[in-house]
Amino acid sequence: MDMELDPDEVFRDDEDDAEAEYFRERASTKELAVYLIDASPKMFLTHSPSEKHMKDESHFHITMSCILSSLKTQIISRSYDEVAICFFNTREKKNLQDLNGVFVFNVGDRESLDRPTAKFIKELSQLEEKFAKEIGSQYGIVAGSRENSLYNALWVAQALLRKGSARTADKRILLFTNEDDPFGNIKGATKTDMTRTTQQRAKDAQDLGISIELFPLSEPHKEFDLSRFYADMIGIDDDGIAEFMSAIGAKFEDMEYELKRRMIKKRIVKTLTFTIANGLAIEVNTYALVRPTVPGSTVWLDSVTNQPLKIERSFICADTGALMEEPTKRFQTYQNMNVKFSVEELSEIKRVSTAQLRLLGFKPLNCLKDYHNLRPSTFIFPTDEEVLGSTLIFVALHRSMLRLNRFAVAFYGNPSHPQLVAIVAQDEVKVAGGQVEPPGMHIIYLPYADDIRPIEEMSPENPVPRASDEQIDKAAALMKRIDLKGFSITQLSNPALQRHYAVLQALALEEDELPETKDKTLPDEEGMSRPTVVNAIDQFKHSVYGDQYEARSSAGDDNMSEASKKRKASAGNAVKECENYNWAEMAESGKLTTLTVVELKYYLTAHNLPVSGKKEDLISRIKMHLRK
Amino acid sequence: MARNREALVWLLDVGPSVHHLLPEVEHVCSMIVQNKLLHKENDEVGVVLFGTEETENEDAKEVGGYEHVFVSHSIQVVNGDVLETLQHLPRGPVSGDFLDAIVVGTSMLIKKFGPLYPGRKKLYLITDASSPIKGSHGGSQEEQVKNLAAAMSSSGIKLESIVARGISGSDADEMVIVKNDRILNLLSRITCAKMTYVESPTSLLGAIRIRDKFPGTIFRGDLEISSQLKIKVRVYKKTLEEKFPTLKRFCDEASHPDELCGVKVKHQFKSFGDDGQIVPSSHEVTNGYLYGPQVVDISSSQMNAVKFKPEKGVKLLGFTDSSNIMRHHYMTDVRLFIAEPGDTEATIAISALARAMKRMNKVAILRCVWRKGQANVVIGVLTPNVSDDDNMPDSFYFNALPFFEDLREFKFLSFCNLSASLQPSEEQQRAADELVEVLDLGPSDHQEELAPDFTPNPVLQRYYDFLQLKVKNPDAAVPPLSGALRRITEPDPEFLSRIEAIIEAFMRKFGVREWHIHG
Repeated sequence: MDMELDPDEVFRDDEDDAEAEYFRERASTKELAVYLIDASPKMFLTHSPSEKHMKDESHFHITMSCILSSLKTQIISRSYDEVAICFFNTREKKNLQDLNGVFVFNVGDRESLDRPTAKFIKELSQLEEKFAKEIGSQYGIVAGSRENSLYNALWVAQALLRKGSARTADKRILLFTNEDDPFGNIKGATKTDMTRTTQQRAKDAQDLGISIELFPLSEPHKEFDLSRFYADMIGIDDDGIAEFMSAIGAKFEDMEYELKRRMIKKRIVKTLTFTIANGLAIEVNTYALVRPTVPGSTVWLDSVTNQPLKIERSFICADTGALMEEPTKRFQTYQNMNVKFSVEELSEIKRVSTAQLRLLGFKPLNCLKDYHNLRPSTFIFPTDEEVLGSTLIFVALHRSMLRLNRFAVAFYGNPSHPQLVAIVAQDEVKVAGGQVEPPGMHIIYLPYADDIRPIEEMSPENPVPRASDEQIDKAAALMKRIDLKGFSITQLSNPALQRHYAVLQALALEEDELPETKDKTLPDEEGMSRPTVVNAIDQFKHSVYGDQYEARSSAGDDNMSEASKKRKASAGNAVKECENYNWAEMAESGKLTTLTVVELKYYLTAHNLPVSGKKEDLISRIKMHLRK
Repeated sequence: MARNREALVWLLDVGPSVHHLLPEVEHVCSMIVQNKLLHKENDEVGVVLFGTEETENEDAKEVGGYEHVFVSHSIQVVNGDVLETLQHLPRGPVSGDFLDAIVVGTSMLIKKFGPLYPGRKKLYLITDASSPIKGSHGGSQEEQVKNLAAAMSSSGIKLESIVARGISGSDADEMVIVKNDRILNLLSRITCAKMTYVESPTSLLGAIRIRDKFPGTIFRGDLEISSQLKIKVRVYKKTLEEKFPTLKRFCDEASHPDELCGVKVKHQFKSFGDDGQIVPSSHEVTNGYLYGPQVVDISSSQMNAVKFKPEKGVKLLGFTDSSNIMRHHYMTDVRLFIAEPGDTEATIAISALARAMKRMNKVAILRCVWRKGQANVVIGVLTPNVSDDDNMPDSFYFNALPFFEDLREFKFLSFCNLSASLQPSEEQQRAADELVEVLDLGPSDHQEELAPDFTPNPVLQRYYDFLQLKVKNPDAAVPPLSGALRRITEPDPEFLSRIEAIIEAFMRKFGVREWHIHG
């Protein structure tokens, strides 16, 4: 098989890569999660959320749709994390311990707790319809029986999470329920007993390093009451209850949004020491809230076994041909000399600051220009874990910076990439749906003078033309017409990613047809052709271009650059020349090799194919094209 | 490439009033020469000093005058000697006349090249312009400046001046300074001259571009406001990170001690054998994509056939309030949109839009596909860059924005929900306010400190220093950061000692007992 192995593409420079990786997202520990979903009949009751949403929805439906969307994100971005789906209060049972009222959902030869597959997600998405038939909903805790489905569910979940060590994996149980008093219909000593054993079971799990996170689902007019049972189980004190509930957002219509946000585990990239002054340093955690998501890179496979391959790099001495360790010396040719550096010296050069993050001072916000940017920002939030008082000092500075409209300038002494940074305080922004911008500070990476180019200063005209007030007024009128009210970047999906994963999903599920995806980033043609908009644009155009615009733009087409004229001409020539050869026959008899590269390029140019590469490449490209 | 060639003449003031700045001047000038030695070996440089005891220049010989202007290096291809000279500048005893130096430099360039030189011709003046310039050699001073400017423009000579102010603290004559500024301003108005004032040694280092690259466009074509209105623009990179140089590996074995021996890097595919051992792969190699644990077997060429292929072009989606865009959502380095040079209407259209945007606090949202065959679209925001300078057109900055997929909406605790012990008291808040106010780097009666445009990369500076040390002594140790560069990585102790009381108060309020200016 003819493989294009371009070493530059496939084996990108390690150093670059490490850095790119860091700014994308640091590989962190694996996450193992068990979704524990209450499937009691109460979860299937439908509620009418508000006038806006006409359709009634059940808590069960909301839960399932959140979990599905989370799994879909997970399969593309964090595919090493493992999940299990476990229902309790079910009619049927399916679990290794053979406990009643607990059903572990799975497909095929996947382990119960495993990485999500395309098939798993697909079947889970169809589960709701056939739930009643195949799994069934049934109250598991009823008076008169000593059956305790909640206890069983915790036990099953804990057993599932026995896999993997607590050191390398984050273990979570995510519990979804709308029953704030699971033992409400039990009385007396039995109730006390069941409450105690269930809480003990939860505590045992927590002692093993498993975190239990509760996702309470409130009914429209009745808030979930933590104090009845769950506060004790997950270990929240009285002060904590209000804080916990306020973090949840009680409104039914916001529930789905809030659940989704809480399901994402906050990942700390790093903990930094932020030196405010000599003798005073606080600790902050950094988070990557904004990072480009890119389609996963290709993996290399053995074409016979279809197993993934590993790429190994080895170093060979150009003189002796001997295999060697990765060399620790580098050189730079300078004034006809080879100046040698050791790797240690190179990293010593980069060690320009002893502090991780050191405050240098404050500036008014208008000193931060729009071109002072190099890469995505990093969010910081204080932590009192190691240094007590960090939060207190951080909050005080945060308030002062907001009040005085200032940002901090600091030096970020990252060993591989030391940089000057701006630290901008962000006030919390809340809307009805919840927190839009969290409170904290954003680190913005500043360019150095070496990184800024004086493009504007290259203008040959002297003095340059400027718009008149009338032209500016027309532009302003135009702006009012094409106004994106309440624009938010969260409205736009990345069309290339959408397409990429839609194709992969279809192939993974072995579907025959490739799905259609819609590019929502295109301008609103319909809106732009409204008469008021067209009129505003025309007025602006006329004020700037006069009557000349149409004439100019049609002239523009003839006014092709020299290079493109030449290209056009050579293409025309190639078509003519190309007809002089019988390509098919020559390819058949292997005579293509007798032609010169120039001749071969006639064919390629005439058929709009790339003309790059060696002679063999050109020939194989021609053969490929002829075969079609 | 010819257009990237450059002939540069330094005009360096070495008079008594700038002696204290000469270490920095030596430093930047040698860095520029070093850089040329590394990357642009064909560039030519000359060095003219003024304020020297001796006089040595062609103009003095031919027409007389031009005293204390010393051509220490005539224009020649960069070499180690020039570097040596620049690293050891003499301290001159007299106050220099910068106008004389410009004349000498200009005539050197004209004599050497005539009008046919294909590259750029540049004069680099570094002075504090605080000494009186001499009477003219016939004709009024203003006229002399105009004639000089005309000569410079007609032979395509550019002048960059770095004027150091307020660093010396010496009591320069106000009148002289005002007069000199007028002359420099006049020069920069009528010629292609750029003048920069610097107020600290650190910004002197940052004000001079070490590697002056000719930027390429990333897009030329239409900014499509709608199908009826298209404005001809060019898009450049406004910021681009100057990377730490990548050095080559070499083999450090004893078998070939004299000659440097290269290292080849070989990549090999290995598969995991049945017993978990890794063995070289004997089969052909194909590629696929990961989807969860599944490998979807699709080659890159097949993927190319079905993937998203946007059409080249830059389209407006609409305008919106600038408050709808968060500053911390800017994703990458920054682009600059500028009207096609020479297209007057396009320049006016950009100017009108930029000024209207600024007036109404609006920004524009664009969808950009810069190249044909680009794998993805870029959504970004245009912000106005309105210029007061008659020589600079209005333009836009462009910053890429994240897509929905690029955001992680983590939830954080509200600061007002923090328990009382974590909330600052009124007293503490006042101390914090005071600290933020007083630890001020912003512009006030002096220039903004550590402004990105005037702050050099300390790591690169240190690298070139070290390289120069190593040339002389291969065993040299990595040099410490110079004082001017240390101002970038840690606060100025002198500044801190001035506001000691306020820092101390802040520390006390937050329960820190000890602190000292020097860590």
